[in-house]
Amino acid sequence: MDYKLFPLGDQGIVIELGKDISYITQHKVQFISSHLQDYPVEWIIEFIPSYTTVTIYYHAMKIEQLTKGRVLPYHYACEQLNNLLSSIVLDQRFESRIIEIPVCYGGEYGPDLDYVAKLNHISPEDVIRIHTSGDYMVYMIGFAPGFPYLGGMSERIAAPRRKTPRLQIPERSVGIAGNQTGIYPLETPGGWQIIGRTPIFLFRPEQDPPTLLKAGDRIKFISISTMEFKEREAREKHDNNH
Amino acid sequence: MITITKPGLLSTIQDLGRFGYQKYGVITSGAMDSLSHRLANLLVGNDENKPTIEMTLIGTSIQFHQDTLIAITGGDLSPTIQDQPVRMWRPVLVRKGAQLKFGRAHSGCRAYLAVAGGFSIPTIMNSTSTYIRANVGGFHGRALKAGDQLSFAEKTAQSSKMIKDLHNRERDCPFVEMNWSVSSDLIPQLVKKPVIRVLNGRHTHLFTKESQEWLWTKPFQLTQQSDRMGYRLLGPQLHLEKPLEILSEAVTFGTIQVPADGNPIILMADRQTTGGYPKIGEIASVDLSFLAQARPLDTIFFTNISLEEAQLLLIEREKKIKQLKHGIYYLAGGRQHVHG
Repeated sequence: MDYKLFPLGDQGIVIELGKDISYITQHKVQFISSHLQDYPVEWIIEFIPSYTTVTIYYHAMKIEQLTKGRVLPYHYACEQLNNLLSSIVLDQRFESRIIEIPVCYGGEYGPDLDYVAKLNHISPEDVIRIHTSGDYMVYMIGFAPGFPYLGGMSERIAAPRRKTPRLQIPERSVGIAGNQTGIYPLETPGGWQIIGRTPIFLFRPEQDPPTLLKAGDRIKFISISTMEFKEREAREKHDNNH
Repeated sequence: MITITKPGLLSTIQDLGRFGYQKYGVITSGAMDSLSHRLANLLVGNDENKPTIEMTLIGTSIQFHQDTLIAITGGDLSPTIQDQPVRMWRPVLVRKGAQLKFGRAHSGCRAYLAVAGGFSIPTIMNSTSTYIRANVGGFHGRALKAGDQLSFAEKTAQSSKMIKDLHNRERDCPFVEMNWSVSSDLIPQLVKKPVIRVLNGRHTHLFTKESQEWLWTKPFQLTQQSDRMGYRLLGPQLHLEKPLEILSEAVTFGTIQVPADGNPIILMADRQTTGGYPKIGEIASVDLSFLAQARPLDTIFFTNISLEEAQLLLIEREKKIKQLKHGIYYLAGGRQHVHG
């Protein structure tokens, strides 16, 4: 497996697995992440996968104790990672979970749906049809708890960010920014074009894992009515003690 | 139990941070000045990770409803008990009914209050730290407010010994100070215009030669938009040699990232887990505490150190903390178990 190691400060190492967003690089990122998850290493505090990297945070002092100070913690960590990465055989049959996300499009939940339609010279129904027919890959989680960086949106519904960001976008809003689509887990300011909202909570701090999605998942959006939205939201709130 | 009578500018419950959940986009939070947080806990006989109150700049007041062993560390926010100055960096027994007040910020920005046993705060995702934006952790997921009452968790045997030792001294005073404190070389020395040690970042070499030189030589000022999430700096604008598309990836406490406007931002305790701006440097772990004590409008300088130097400094500091731990144990009366 081709990779490069870079230090991130004095207690982190970036494992770079590629330069560009691609399914192959993502596959490597997911594979190493699952390995680290399944076989925890005592001097690794945690790791963060991204589009092309897996960053690990390590306990410099734990390494210092393990090696009785014979070697610099960074050098030890690199050597151990090299051993680990050279022993990993990439499994070709890596399977993604497919997560269905119901979305109530337009109306009060998706105030920018009509704008996105007009901009692309199609009807709002077309935007919904195209958005729900996509196969979206969760490349990474970041920005906010459970916020997925998704790939795979059709350019036919692309729309630039709003010139003036909204001060508050309600939690669970589904939006478009450029060629990207995403879901806001928390209420937050932001410039995305909001086309709908999901009744499902992406961040569930009381549960383990605390988020609905993880890197490597695939997403399918499903269009639901306002009534279905309200029923589902009430059920979700009840289940999540909100 | 204590009651917060005035919350001050921003008072939150923090520990050493929430780890293991960054891959889900959950930020670490935790004490900005983790060294001061740890020492406060050690001084009252607690485990280093117990929740403390992090107070910012001015104005916090706290009422004690029971005799309590406390330690105050971090920035000097002029603490008083019943209007008498109380010394920091040492165990102090506060008597029932006394009021602890923080006044003017004499030096530094953030003070830490530890109580024996630690505050009784539910753990969520392995941490008691407050994650305000997600309304999670700490005291009901928010900053402390006037009227909030916090109780304590169970004390260690070491804390009980110290309390017993102090209890019978100066019975008429509202508080009794221990006659020993943290040795001065562990206390972060807060100077004007501190020089912060910085490691090269992932993209340092992609900045113009001029920008790299400015980073190591010119002063930078913390703007008013500097908080627990990040310090926005004003100084010479730093630019890449040529435009570069960077994919979002992990960042860390002390990452210096540079958005397109050229004004660097240092990521602090409440940073997001990932970022897509070029990284010109990474603050050495041993200097994060000094940085945490810098205030908006303060001026700082950066100096370049190697990864090796940074790790050796960290190891050296951790050894000192370990010695201190043994020393406190010894002084607190645990003489039969001294190793250090």
